[in-house]
Amino acid sequence: MAEERVVGVGAGAAGFGGYDRGGGEPGGLATQDMVLNIGPQHPATHGVLRLRITLDGERIVGCEPIVGYMHRGVEKLFEVRDYRQIIVLANRHDWLSAFSSELGVVMAVERMLGMEVPERAVWARTLLAEMNRALNHLMFLGSYPIELGAITPIFYAFRERETLQQVMEEISGGRMHYMFNRVGGLKEDLPAGWLDRASAAVAAVRRRVPQIEDLIFGNEIFLARTRGVGTISPELISAYGVSGPIARASGVDFDLRRDEPYLAYPELAEEGVLRVTTGEDGDCHSRFGMLLEQVSVSLDLADACIARLRSLPQGPINQRLPKILKAPEGATYCWTENPLGINGYYLVSRGEKTPWRLKLRSASFNNIAVLPEVLRGCVVADMIAILGSMFFVVGDIDK
Amino acid sequence: MIVQALGVRTVDDLSEFGTDPWWLSLIKAVLIFVFLLLLTLFNIWFERRVVARMQHRAGPNKNGPFGLLQSLADAMKLMLKEDIMVKAADRLLYVLAPVISVIMAFLAFAVIPFGPVVDVPFTDRQTPLQLTDLPVGVLFVIAVASVGIYGIVLGGWASGSTYSLLGGMRSTAQVISYEVAMSLALVAVFLYAGSLSTSEIVNAQQRLWYALILLPSFIIFWVSMVGETNRAPFDMPEAEGELVAGYFTEYSSMKFAMFFLAEYINMVTVSAVATTLFLGGWRAPWPLSLWDGANAGYWPVLWFLAKVMMFMFVFVWLRGTLPRVRYDQFMALGWKVLIPVALLWTVAVATIRAMTLDGGLDRRVLVGGALVAVLLFLLLSIVGERAPKEEPEAEEQPFDPFAGGYPVPPMPGQRLPRPEPAGVVPGGAQPDQEDDTARRSATEEGD
Repeated sequence: MAEERVVGVGAGAAGFGGYDRGGGEPGGLATQDMVLNIGPQHPATHGVLRLRITLDGERIVGCEPIVGYMHRGVEKLFEVRDYRQIIVLANRHDWLSAFSSELGVVMAVERMLGMEVPERAVWARTLLAEMNRALNHLMFLGSYPIELGAITPIFYAFRERETLQQVMEEISGGRMHYMFNRVGGLKEDLPAGWLDRASAAVAAVRRRVPQIEDLIFGNEIFLARTRGVGTISPELISAYGVSGPIARASGVDFDLRRDEPYLAYPELAEEGVLRVTTGEDGDCHSRFGMLLEQVSVSLDLADACIARLRSLPQGPINQRLPKILKAPEGATYCWTENPLGINGYYLVSRGEKTPWRLKLRSASFNNIAVLPEVLRGCVVADMIAILGSMFFVVGDIDK
Repeated sequence: MIVQALGVRTVDDLSEFGTDPWWLSLIKAVLIFVFLLLLTLFNIWFERRVVARMQHRAGPNKNGPFGLLQSLADAMKLMLKEDIMVKAADRLLYVLAPVISVIMAFLAFAVIPFGPVVDVPFTDRQTPLQLTDLPVGVLFVIAVASVGIYGIVLGGWASGSTYSLLGGMRSTAQVISYEVAMSLALVAVFLYAGSLSTSEIVNAQQRLWYALILLPSFIIFWVSMVGETNRAPFDMPEAEGELVAGYFTEYSSMKFAMFFLAEYINMVTVSAVATTLFLGGWRAPWPLSLWDGANAGYWPVLWFLAKVMMFMFVFVWLRGTLPRVRYDQFMALGWKVLIPVALLWTVAVATIRAMTLDGGLDRRVLVGGALVAVLLFLLLSIVGERAPKEEPEAEEQPFDPFAGGYPVPPMPGQRLPRPEPAGVVPGGAQPDQEDDTARRSATEEGD
C-alpha cells in the first residue's frame, strides 16, 4: 500500500489542499519522502532561519522557508521611539551593514525636514558606507567557502575585516553597530590623522584581498560546486524583488547608487569611480564573484572619498538640532543600496516626535523568498551552496 | 633491472612469525595499542597546529610544552560529558556502533610491519617488529577496514535522526565505491611483489619503491584512502555545513570519543598501509639507505613513522585547502574515473608482467602498443561525445497564485491572470495616490 504523508502543515500554512508528494506507484513498494528540518539551529543558516525540506533520497522536492524566529517587531518599536532613538534600532536588523541601514533612516528624516547636510558629512558618510559594504562582503567571502567545506579563507577574510574594523572603531567606538549617523550629519568630526589611517587600511585590504580570490575562487572543486548551481533567471529576480549583488549576478543591471543617486554617488559615478558590475550566469559562482568585484569597487570609492575629504575646507560635519526633533506631517520613501540589496524606509509622520509608521523593506527577506524556486530539484549539498550564496542576515529577514 | 628486483616468490616465507612466546605477543599488542593512542593524541594536536599555521593562527599552545597536552585534556573533558541516549535510538546498535568502529581501527595494525627482525632487550630472543603476519595480510587490512564501516553505517541508522541516517547512507555508498578502486590499485602491487603478506611486500621493495614503478596505483590508492577515511575534501558523511555532524550527530561523551579516535586511527592505518605497500615500508629512504645501519635495529621505526607523518601532513594540508566535493561528483569520480583507470592499469601491469616473465619481449613493442592504445582511447573519446540534448521549450503553465498555500508571484512561463474582483472596496489604489501627494508635499516643503 502506498502511504501518503502530508507535510508542510504548520508555520507558513503550506500544505493546504493536499500536497501529494510521498507514496509511490499504487501497488508498489511503500515509499515516503523524508522531511528534513534545516534549522532553526543549523550551522548553515547563520542564525535561526529554518527550511523545511522534503527529500526524495538526497534530492529536494520541496522547500519552505519558515521565518520569524528572530522577529522583534522592529516596525512597531520604531513608532514609540523618537528620531534619534530610531537610529539605534535601524542599525540592528542587518548587523553586517549597520552604517548603511542607519543612513536610510536619517536620510528619510532629513528629507522630511528639508535639511541640507554639510558637504563634509556627505563625503564622510559615503566613505563609511563603502567601508561598511566592504566589511559586509568580506564576511560572506569568508563564510561561503566554509559552507562548502573550505575552512581557511574565513581567516583571511577576517584579517581584512579586522583592518577595516579598526578604523571604523576608532571613529565611532563600535565594531558592528556604529551608531555614527545623526539627523543632519555625523555624530562627531573625524579624528586628527584618521584619514591617513583609513587610507592605509584601504590600501592594505586592497593588497590582500586577491589572496582570498587565489585561495578559493579558481579551485576546481569550488567551480564544480558552484558553477551552474542555483541559477536564478532575471525573470525570477523581478518576480520576487530580489536585489543587490544577487540580482546583479543574474544580469539585472540595477544599482540605486547609480540609478537613484544619493550621498556623493552622482559625482563618483561621473568621475567613473563608481562602476556597477553585472554578471551573466546568475549561479552561485557569479554571485560569489560579484562580491569580490564589489569589494574592489568599494575600496576604490573609499579612496576617492578620502581624497575628496582631504581637499574639502574645514567646516561643520553636522547640523544643530532642536531639543525636540519633529518631522513635519507627510510621508516619504527613502531607499538605499545596502550591501545586501535594497533597503527602504517608508516614513509616515503626523508631525509628532515619533513616526506614525515606519515601514522597513529589507533586502534579505526578498532574497530568501526566492529559495523554494531555486532549490527544487537540487541535492542537499547544493542546497547549502545555494543558501550560502544568497548572502542573507537572519535579522534582516525577520526584522 | 626491475625484473631482477622483483623476482617472483611463490611461497611466502613467514617462518619468522608465530614463534613468539605468549608474553612477547602480549607486549607487542599492548605496545601497538599504546602507540596508536599516543599517536592519535599527537595527530590531533599536529592537525590543529598545522591548520592554524595555514590560517594565521597560533593553534593550541597553552597546555603542556607547545600545547602537546591539549588533546589529552580534550579527551578527559569528553569522558566527563553527559552520555546522551536518544529516545528514538536502537539501543543495542547505538552502543555497538562506536565500539565496532574503534576495535576495527585498532585491529588493522596487527599486520603492519614497523621494522625488521630485532633483538628483544634483556633477552637473547629475536623477533620481527610486527605483531603477526598472514599470507593474506593486506586482504586482512581491507577486510577489517570494511567491517569498520559498519560502525558508521549502524551508528547513522541507530541514532534515529535524519542527519545521522543521511550521513550513514552516504558513508555506505562512499566506502563501497572506494573500496573497489582501492583494492584494484593494490592488485598491481600484489602482481609485482608476488605476495599478499605485508612483510614480504616490504622485502620486495629493497631496490625500488612501488610508488615509483606503479605510480598510477599509488595515486589511485592515495585518492581513495582519503575517501575511505571520510576526510576532507571527501568528508561527506560528516559534512558539517550540510548534515551538522553526519552519522555522529547524536553521539556524545565516550561514544563520540570512540568515533573520533577511530577516525584518527584509520588515518594512521591507511597511511601505514600506503607506506608499507608503496614507500618501502620501514626501509630507509635513499640518502639514508647509504648508511648500512639504517635498515637494522630499531632505526627503521623512525623511518616508518616519518613516512606515516608525511601522509598525515597531506591529510591536514588537504583539509586546510580544499572545499568539500559534492556527493554525486565524488561518486562520479570513483566510478567513472578511478575504477576504470585502475582496471586498465591492472590489465596493463598484468600483461607487461606476463610478457617480461615469459622470456622477454622487446621494450619497443610494448611502447608501440601503449601508443596505439592511447590513440584508440583518444579516438573513442572524441567519437563518443554525444550531441548536447536539446532543451525542452518552456511551456506556458497555468498559474496558481496560491500554490503551496501562500501567495506566490507568477514564474517564468506563467502569466498573471486578470485579477478577478475581490471582496474589497473598489479603489484600493487611492491611498497610494494620497501617499504620493503627501510625499511630494513633504519634499517640496523640504526644498
